[in-house]
Amino acid sequence: MKRATAWGFCLLFAGSACLAVDEAADERYRNLLYELRCLVCQNQSLADSDAELAGDLRRRVQDLIDQGMSDEEIVAHLQARYGDFILYRPPLAWRTAALWAGPFVLLALTAWLLLRRIRRGHARASGSLSDVERERLKDVLKRGSD
Amino acid sequence: MIRGWLAVAVFAGLVAMLAFGLTRDPSRVSSPLIGLPVPAFQAERLASADEHFDSTALRGEWSLLNVWASWCTTCLEEHELLMRLSQQLALYGINHRDTRDEARNWLQVYGNPYRASAFDEHGEVGIELGVYKVPETFLLDPDGVIRYKHVGALDEEAYQEQILARIREGRP
Repeated sequence: MKRATAWGFCLLFAGSACLAVDEAADERYRNLLYELRCLVCQNQSLADSDAELAGDLRRRVQDLIDQGMSDEEIVAHLQARYGDFILYRPPLAWRTAALWAGPFVLLALTAWLLLRRIRRGHARASGSLSDVERERLKDVLKRGSD
Repeated sequence: MIRGWLAVAVFAGLVAMLAFGLTRDPSRVSSPLIGLPVPAFQAERLASADEHFDSTALRGEWSLLNVWASWCTTCLEEHELLMRLSQQLALYGINHRDTRDEARNWLQVYGNPYRASAFDEHGEVGIELGVYKVPETFLLDPDGVIRYKHVGALDEEAYQEQILARIREGRP
């Protein structure tokens, strides 16, 4: 309905500004579709999927944009019906903490293990001169101080 | 020695986690609607465009709300069970993305277990219920609250363990 009125204004004033308004709505539509998952072919977004459900949901998203809903409201609308799974980016909450923090915890742990190993390697390398090497080192140092 | 056992434990943990992952069906997504009143929707009845199907009328007794279609082959798998259940339970249908003629014909050929079916030609009602895979079956308690959702063909085991168990539990 809003869309129809907007187009009415366009015809009346034939301004390029009106086209810009419509383009912004189209861009919002496209961006939203890439944020939402098709539940039938689960690794495709609503934008990519050919499933009938994806078609129905695309139509719903367009309707909601036409009704003047914000992006957040549209996402919440679909989330209330299909759950978090419809979001490509899961929300940050306690129940998803492991999902968000997990990779960083693993990275930190691996980095710590690696550093410890490298340091220990250095310590072992510096502390394990053979007797012959020790003699040679003494020689070199003596010569240097002369 | 301890390090060796630690490595074995970490490995075993990983295997256990992945094995658990294999037992889960990723196509079954839990519904956020469970525990909430059935969404309010109105639709035409399959039987007649002049009559209305009102979801807010689904209360007063335990009922099953089954999403079906004539094009849905999996629906035939559960049909015999639904026919049997219709003798003991209030069973309502949502005819999803179908044509009136084909849907009515389907009911005539295979039998009609539903007290009434809503005609959801464009899948609008389906979106309200978060339907993504036909058939789906919702269990509604006498207050009209969704207590359980089954995705895919309903079978005897799911009926006994998920549906009947909840009805028995809920009855004082």
